[in-house]
Amino acid sequence: MGRIELKGVRKAFGEVEVIPPLDLAIEDGEFCVFVGPSGCGKSTLLRLIAGLEDTSGGHIEIDGLDMTDTPPARRGLAMVFQSYALYPHMSVRKNIAFPMKMAGVDAAEQARRIEAAARALNLSDYLDRRPGQLSGGQRQRVAIGRAIVREPSAFLFDEPLSNLDAALRVGMRMEIGELHEQLSTTMIYVTHDQVEAMTMADRIVVLRAGRIEQVGTPLDLYRSPRNLFVAGFIGSPRMNFVEGEEAGRHGAHTIGIRPEHVRVGEGPWRGTVGVSEHLGSDTFLHVHGTGLAETITVRAGGEVPLRGGDPVSLAPEEGKLHRFGPDGLRL
Amino acid sequence: MARAASPARRAAFTALAWTLALLIFFPIAWTILTSFKTERDAIANPPVLVPLVGGADGRPPILAGEADDPAEDATGGPEAGARSPGGPFFRATLENYRVVQERSDYMRFLWNSVVIAGGSTLLGILVAVPAAWSMAFVPSRRTKDVLLWMLSTKMLPAVGVLYPIYLIATFRLPLGGGTFQLIDTKPFLVVILMLINLPIIVWMLYTYFREIPGEILEAARMDGASLRAEIVHVLTPMAVPGIASTVLLSFILAWNEAFWTLNLTAVDAAPLTAFIASYSSPEGLFFAKLSAASTMAIAPILVLGWFAQKQLVRGLTFGAVK
Amino acid sequence: MATKASRTAARLMMAPAVTLLLGWMLVPLVMTLYFSFADYRPLRNVFEPWAGFGNYERFVTSSAFWPSVWTTLVLVGAVLAITVVLGILLAMLLDQPIWGRGAVRILVISPFFVMPTVSALVWKNMMLDPVNGVFSHVARLLGAQPYDFLTQAPLPSIVLIVSWQWLPFATLILLTAVQSLDREQLEAAEMDGAPPLARFRYLVLPHLARAITIVILIQTIFLLSIFAEIFVTTGGSFGTRTLTYLVFQRVLEAQNVGLGSAGGILAVLLANVVAIFLMRIVGRNLDA
Repeated sequence: MGRIELKGVRKAFGEVEVIPPLDLAIEDGEFCVFVGPSGCGKSTLLRLIAGLEDTSGGHIEIDGLDMTDTPPARRGLAMVFQSYALYPHMSVRKNIAFPMKMAGVDAAEQARRIEAAARALNLSDYLDRRPGQLSGGQRQRVAIGRAIVREPSAFLFDEPLSNLDAALRVGMRMEIGELHEQLSTTMIYVTHDQVEAMTMADRIVVLRAGRIEQVGTPLDLYRSPRNLFVAGFIGSPRMNFVEGEEAGRHGAHTIGIRPEHVRVGEGPWRGTVGVSEHLGSDTFLHVHGTGLAETITVRAGGEVPLRGGDPVSLAPEEGKLHRFGPDGLRL
Repeated sequence: MARAASPARRAAFTALAWTLALLIFFPIAWTILTSFKTERDAIANPPVLVPLVGGADGRPPILAGEADDPAEDATGGPEAGARSPGGPFFRATLENYRVVQERSDYMRFLWNSVVIAGGSTLLGILVAVPAAWSMAFVPSRRTKDVLLWMLSTKMLPAVGVLYPIYLIATFRLPLGGGTFQLIDTKPFLVVILMLINLPIIVWMLYTYFREIPGEILEAARMDGASLRAEIVHVLTPMAVPGIASTVLLSFILAWNEAFWTLNLTAVDAAPLTAFIASYSSPEGLFFAKLSAASTMAIAPILVLGWFAQKQLVRGLTFGAVK
Repeated sequence: MATKASRTAARLMMAPAVTLLLGWMLVPLVMTLYFSFADYRPLRNVFEPWAGFGNYERFVTSSAFWPSVWTTLVLVGAVLAITVVLGILLAMLLDQPIWGRGAVRILVISPFFVMPTVSALVWKNMMLDPVNGVFSHVARLLGAQPYDFLTQAPLPSIVLIVSWQWLPFATLILLTAVQSLDREQLEAAEMDGAPPLARFRYLVLPHLARAITIVILIQTIFLLSIFAEIFVTTGGSFGTRTLTYLVFQRVLEAQNVGLGSAGGILAVLLANVVAIFLMRIVGRNLDA
């Protein structure tokens, strides 16, 4: 069980309101990702759910019980921190055992759960080491192990992968995904990386300045972003935005087109190739001088023979155009 | 160092550094050396420099690495005038240490120093750990002001509060049938020195605690630890090195404090600072005994100080130089 | 960044330290302030609760006041100059690659741990004594006349003793600061063709500026209240009576509490001037 519901939850630090009243329900077993630029309040929101911060208003319910004023230790949640927050003076085994020790779990049960967690996380060989002797990825697994043995009703992840290098991050992403498959426990995952959000989430909550901009499945957000902010934030490279006459032709204030939806070849848009980034499988062309926007980014095939300075003509796929009104909302 | 310095350059710097270091250390070394001389050797002109151990009865003199007990070999006490071996040599003796202990009861002063420095440190830590925890992990807008205000009390010149403290110390409290004064009692000095060093203790602990990531304490909270469990099982074990350094520095500062210990003690509570001050008026030949007394007063703290030197910077600059 | 519960706990846990220090600072200081306006001489049974600014007037106009201020300034100024300049040089030297740096460091830092009464007595008798002191031995060895330091030049002698005690402190802090200097910066300057002296002038010295300020301020606080070194060497005679020592004599030796308290308040004001600067620097560091 792990249904978490926020009702009018509000947070202010002194005069500054970082989270205006906000409603959100996270279903049992769901993998929910909070994503947004830094400072958007996503971590604060997670800490409110955890109980590490007091709410300034509203209610937090977990499985139907009002937990707004319950201390973090009694909310039945487990958290994995960005810095892993392992206890440096304890061995891996003791780190994982700590929450059970605090809960007064008997020794045999402790040993059983530690064994199970260690096996699942590939930590069996490291149980007697100190965190300082482990690599970043191993530390991350210990932190997850410490969370698992509590058998919480929900896991909270606070940017858990941002201290890992790129290759490890991809690996851990898969592992956390698999973990969710196995346990099917509710997980709330905070990240600023929209790739993590897209690949892992059942449902994404896009936040900006403490407000929810859009909630939906990854494909929902990709296909029909509700406004300019979500359109620009989800998807990599970023969506191209065109204003003015060309937008007017489509009956919009702004039109957006993703780089993968612009074809190189005969088309209405003409410009000059600036920088071209060859990735092997793809080439990203940054096209200038179109008169539409400063740069139009285009995803072309891996073997496009274009180089800087070459003239190019572009054809947007009409069906994939996103149209936005002057208020930034999708039309 | 990215580059290896040339050996010649390194040798030159080494020679210069060692020369200066030995010059700076010389008064201490000389005092320790003199403490093993007889009073006659102590004022020999030119000075005698090289200690010999044993060797009075025809055995070849051995250069002393360490002073053994030479008293059993000496023919009569050094005061009775054991003949000097001549040249830059002198016969090492422990006589001065014995005389100093007998004449002025060194052990009593030592005990007072230990009690006063140790007591004030312990009390200070007990008061400071919770305060430093609060300021490091639950900072409010006023935390900075409180810290600076604590620092400001450290800067209050002692003479500014000398008489009131003296008045409190000499006030006759009715106790049982007679009266009781705080002056010249160890508990009173313990409290005074604790108050003097409390700002430094709080600051040092605060700077150490601040290096412990708050997330770890939050993790403990999420793991179901109470505030007490959080401090006992997580914070304290992690802060042990910092607490140890703080204890060391506070102990050293209390040990060497010489304004209040001189002005608020007479006989019963007098620590080593007062013991040494009693040697300020010379009585006959006393260089060797002064040296022995000085050596005994500084030796324990010198050794502790060598361990504490790195922490000294943090403690005495309130974390402003790292 | 915390919850109400932890904030309440924090306030409770801070209370003992704050209360104790508040009592320690406020109670005696208010008493001193009160006495400084009274004519209070306990040995003669004089207690006149209000004497206006008479004590301040008498303290400031007494023949001992200005010389004691002068002595204080000379002592503090000279010790600061010596320890800072030598401290920088020593720190630069110890930063070089040398054999046995740990041992050298330990030797250099040692004087700081010698209790003030001991260092004063050791210097007075073992070093500076005109007959048996090491300095007189050296003088005779060089064929010169031994010099009676503490009688002929009492203030410079005390400056020497105090500098010896505080040089390790200055050196240690400056060394710590030197070592925190980014090596790549120095190498970049070398690549830019800056000779060693220019590197010192334009990179090292500016980097040390803050540490030097800290050393000066902290030493000033401690030097203003130098006591034991004077107490056991000259007892305040021969122009070595500092403001602190003068107050000590007025209060405890002459038992003229009113007069001494006025002096004490003046000493507090003097120290505050220094303290304000120090707190600004330390406070700025807190934000970082």
